[in-house]
Amino acid sequence: MKMHRSEEIWLIIGVAILVISMAITGYQAFALDMGTPSGLETIDPQKVDETAPFDKPGVYKTGDNEYEVVMTLQIFSFTPMDIEIPAGAKVTFVMTSKDVVHGFQVAGTNLNAMVTPGHIQRATQNFDEAGEYLVLCNEYCGAGHQMMSTTITVK
Amino acid sequence: MEAVAKKTMKQKVNNVLGANPLDARFSIALFIVAFIAFFIGGVLGLLQGLNRAGILELPTWLNYYQVLSAHGVLLVLVFSTTFTIGYFYAALSHTLGGLLSKVRKLGWIGFGSMVVGVVFVATTIIMGDASVMYTFYPPMAASGWFYVGLVFLVIGIWLCAFGAFINVADWRKKHKGQHISLLAFFAVGVFVLLFFGSIGVTIEVLMIIPWAFGWTDTINVLLSRTLFWSFGHTLVNIWYLTAVSTWYIAIPKIIGGRQWSDTLTRLVVILLVVLNITGGFHHQIVDPGITEGIKFMHVFMSLSIGFPSLMTAFAMFAIFERSGRKKGAKGLLGWIKKLPWGDVRFLAPMIAMIAFIPAGAGGIAQTNNQLNTVVHNSMWVVGHFHLTLGVTVVLSFFGVAYWLIPHLTGRVLTPQMNKLGVIQTLVWTVGMALMSGAMHYVGLFGSPRRTSYTTYGDNATALGWDPYLLLLAVGGTLLMVGVVLMVYIAFNLMFFAPKGQTEFQIAEPEENAAPTPKWTERWTLWIVLMILVVSMAYVIPVVDMIVNAPPGSPPFRTW
Ligand code: HEM
Ligand SMILES: [Cu+2]
Ligand SMILES: [Cu+2]
Repeated sequence: MKMHRSEEIWLIIGVAILVISMAITGYQAFALDMGTPSGLETIDPQKVDETAPFDKPGVYKTGDNEYEVVMTLQIFSFTPMDIEIPAGAKVTFVMTSKDVVHGFQVAGTNLNAMVTPGHIQRATQNFDEAGEYLVLCNEYCGAGHQMMSTTITVK
Repeated sequence: MEAVAKKTMKQKVNNVLGANPLDARFSIALFIVAFIAFFIGGVLGLLQGLNRAGILELPTWLNYYQVLSAHGVLLVLVFSTTFTIGYFYAALSHTLGGLLSKVRKLGWIGFGSMVVGVVFVATTIIMGDASVMYTFYPPMAASGWFYVGLVFLVIGIWLCAFGAFINVADWRKKHKGQHISLLAFFAVGVFVLLFFGSIGVTIEVLMIIPWAFGWTDTINVLLSRTLFWSFGHTLVNIWYLTAVSTWYIAIPKIIGGRQWSDTLTRLVVILLVVLNITGGFHHQIVDPGITEGIKFMHVFMSLSIGFPSLMTAFAMFAIFERSGRKKGAKGLLGWIKKLPWGDVRFLAPMIAMIAFIPAGAGGIAQTNNQLNTVVHNSMWVVGHFHLTLGVTVVLSFFGVAYWLIPHLTGRVLTPQMNKLGVIQTLVWTVGMALMSGAMHYVGLFGSPRRTSYTTYGDNATALGWDPYLLLLAVGGTLLMVGVVLMVYIAFNLMFFAPKGQTEFQIAEPEENAAPTPKWTERWTLWIVLMILVVSMAYVIPVVDMIVNAPPGSPPFRTW
C-alpha cells in the first residue's frame, strides 16, 4: 500500500489541526476549568420539592459578588423567574428537572446545558456586561415548549 | 490483469442483459417508498419553515411538534434507510452476479417488516400520540405502539443486513481467493454498521415498551439517551459511507476517469466502520451524569472519524486532476474545466462533495466540547445537518438515482430530463444555502431548535432573529420546488422515461494498480476491532450510568 508524498503531507497537516484543536479543548477544560456542564450528583426526580436545595429555589449570595441560583425546570417554566444580579457577578446555576428533559440556554452567552430528571446539573458564568439576558429552554419538552423562557437582568 | 479482464467481461454481459428483473423490482420498491417519504417530509419541512418565520400559523389539529416529529422520522429514518438498502441491494445484485433467491426473499420480508413499522409509527404520530421527535427521549412517552413500530423497522433493517451477509458469504465461498467488488465491500461496511449500530437503540426500545404500556413504573433517562445516540450517530455515518461509495466508484466513471487506489479506498471503509459508533457521545457534551474525563476522551473518538474523510478529500481531487490531465488539462487548475458540469450525474454529487467542506469543518468545530456549548441545540445544529444530510447525502443519492433507476427499469435519462435534473440541483443548492446559512447564523444568536414560532413575549433578543428566520423560509420555499422536481424526475425514470439501456456506473480500477492485499478482507478482525473501540468508549460510562443511577422517571405526556 503506497501513498503519494503529497497525500502524506496533506494527512499530516489535517491530523495536526485535529490534534491542536483537541489540545486546546483539553487545556481549556482541565487547566482553565472551562469544562462543559457535567453535574454528577443525583436526585429522586419524583421528590424534587422535598429535597434540599430544591425545596427552596432562589438566588443566594455565596461570596464576594458570587451567587448561586437554585433552579427547578418544569413544563413550561423556570423557578425562580426574572433573576436580578449585579454586574461582574460570578453565578453558579444548580438545576434539576421535575418532569421531562429540558435545556437551559442563555442567549448571548456560552451558558448551555441539558437538565435531565434524576441529575443535578451545574453551570457557572461571569456576567460582566449589564443588560437583560434571555433564558430559554432549548430541548423540546412538550406543547408549550416555545413559551418556556425567563430573563436574567444584570445591573 | 486477468481478473480485471474477466470482470469487465462480466460487466459487459450484465450490461447487455440489463439488471436482473426480480432484483430490480426489490430495489425499485424501496425507492418508491423512499421518494414518497421524501415528498411528504418535504411538504412538512415547508410548513415548519413558514411557521418559524412567523408567516404561517398551524391549525390546532396540526401541531408544530407533530409535524416536526413526522419530518424527522420520514426523512431521517425512512427516506435515507430505504434508499440506502435499495442502492446496495442493486449493487450486490450487479457485482455478485445476482441475488440468491433466499436473499431476495429475506429482503422482501425485511421490506414488509419495515412497511409495517412505518405504518405504526406514522399512525401514532398522525393521531397525535407520538409527538416525541425521532429521538423520543424518555421520560416523554409516546403511545406504546410507536415503539412497537420502531421494533418492526429495526427487524426489517436487520433482515436486509443478514441477506446481504449471506449473499456475500456465498459469493466468497464460490470465488475463493478473490476480492469482493469494491461496491460490495462498501455494502458490507454499511450493513455491519446498520446491524451493530442499532443494537443499542433496540435495547433502549425494549426497555421503553413495557414502561410506555404501564407495565413497569420508571426508566433510566440518561442510559436511554446514551443508547439512542450510539445509534443516531452511526446512522448519520451510514448514509455518509453510502454517499462516499458513489464518489469513489460512480463519479470517476461518469467523468471518464479511473478509480482511486483500491487498497486505500477499502482502508477508508474499514476505518469508518471501526471508528464510527463511539461518535454518539458528541450529542451529549452538555449532559449531566457524564464526567469531563469521559467527555474529553470522546473528543478524540469523534475527531478520529475525520481522518478517513481527509483521505477521501485527497482522493477526490486526485481523481479529478488525473482524469483532467488525461484529457489534456494544463496548469494547476485546468482540470476543473474538463469536468462534465452539465451532466447531472456528476453535478449533483459534486456539489454534495463541495458542501461537505464547510459541513465537515463545522462538525469538527462543534465536537470540541467548549465550542459545543455555543451551538448545542440551537438552530446552528439544524443548519449543520441540512448541509451534511440535506446536501451531501441527499444530492449524492439523487446523483445515483439519475442512472440507477433507469438501469433498473430498462429506461434512459433523456437530455431534457438531464436538464431538468441540473435545474433541480441548482434550485436545491441555492435553497439549502439560504436555509442552512440562515439557520447557522440565527443559531449563533441563540435561536433554539425544535421550537415553533415565538418571540418569548416580544423579547428584544428573540425579535432580532426574525430577519434570519424569514430567509430560512425563503430557502425552504425554493427547496419545496426542488422536492417537486425531484419526485417528478424519480417517478418519470421509474415508469415513463423512454425504454433503453442504462449502464450501472462503475469505473475501471486504477492504472497499474498493485494487487489489493488479502488483509482487507478480514471482516472478523474489523468487527472485533470495532467492538473493542465501542467497549473502550462505552463500558465505563454505561456501567456508571446503571450502577449509580438515580431513581427512575415515570412516563410523561406533555403535548
Ligand atoms: C423542503 C425541504 C426541507 C425544508 C424546508 C426543511 C426544513 C426544516 C425545518 C424548518 C426544520 C425544523 C427546525 C426546528 O424547529 O428545529 C427541520 C428539521 C429537520 N430536518 Fe428538514 N427540511 C427540509 C428537508 C430535509 C431533508 C431532505 C432532510 C434529510 C434528509 C431533513 C432533515 C431534517 C431533520 C433530521 C430535522 C430535525 C428534526 C428534529 O429536530 O427532530 N430535512 N427541517
Ligand atoms: Cu422545557
Ligand atoms: Cu453525531
